[in-house]
Amino acid sequence: MFIVIAFMLAGIAVGFLFRRWKIRFIHRLILTLIWLLLFLLGLEVGANNTVIQQFGKLGFEAFLLATGGTLGSVIFAWLLWLSFRSKTDER
Amino acid sequence: MKGSLIILSFFATGLLLGIFRWFPPQILSYNFSFYVLCALMFSVGISVGNDPNSFRQFRSLNPRLIFLPLMTILGTFLGVFAVSFLVKDRSLANCLAVGSGFGYYSLSSILITQYKGVELGTIALLSNIMREVMTLLLAPWMVKYFGKLAPISAGGATTMDITFPIIVRNSGKDYAIVSIYQGFVVDFTVPFLVTFFCSL
Repeated sequence: MFIVIAFMLAGIAVGFLFRRWKIRFIHRLILTLIWLLLFLLGLEVGANNTVIQQFGKLGFEAFLLATGGTLGSVIFAWLLWLSFRSKTDER
Repeated sequence: MKGSLIILSFFATGLLLGIFRWFPPQILSYNFSFYVLCALMFSVGISVGNDPNSFRQFRSLNPRLIFLPLMTILGTFLGVFAVSFLVKDRSLANCLAVGSGFGYYSLSSILITQYKGVELGTIALLSNIMREVMTLLLAPWMVKYFGKLAPISAGGATTMDITFPIIVRNSGKDYAIVSIYQGFVVDFTVPFLVTFFCSL
């Protein structure tokens, strides 16, 4: 699975080497590839009977994880905000 | 919002075609999506390496705010850890892999499907879409109770594109650079953290 990361690092190197030429079409290409992959993901999910039968359960688990992650990051951002505020108030 | 609806409609179209088996079965057996994924990651890399502003524009940042992406990541992990006890069927590492999408649902769900299969990939897609939607809908409330950095943290990897306008509207123009910086850094960590938690 580290092959995927290696591809990204190779991309960064190539992009950096060609930084004098603006590769303008790259964002359009990324979007097209994302569309294609999500279409393929949908296909794979739809063809998988066990996943389709469990879709509600998977959605609920997704909701729990989203809520936990969002709330946790909001609270940590609040801690940074409080320390940030108290420092600026001292001045 | 329009962009996410288009992306979602591609997933929905695939889903319907899959349910009714309206596709040549070879598409799934040839592992075609892995090669597309490698092409995608290569392109994502190019877009980062090719942009000279990627690393320069953050010099005007308040030094304390450099830690915001770190707070986003740690806070997400702690929150996911807390709810992982409620999600009984999934291991902590799998839960953290889903959380490591930070709202970047397209890339994280694709990677997780590749590493761990469709079931966890579907959870990653839905969960990270929900995180983005929560940020879009709850940003005013977050600012009111948790300060102006809260919606930036909640937006995770999406704060330089999709949730950017909402953040600027609610936290103010002064936080635009912070929002772009945090989105850039968190966005960059997604493939690494997802791969890491999937390999555990």
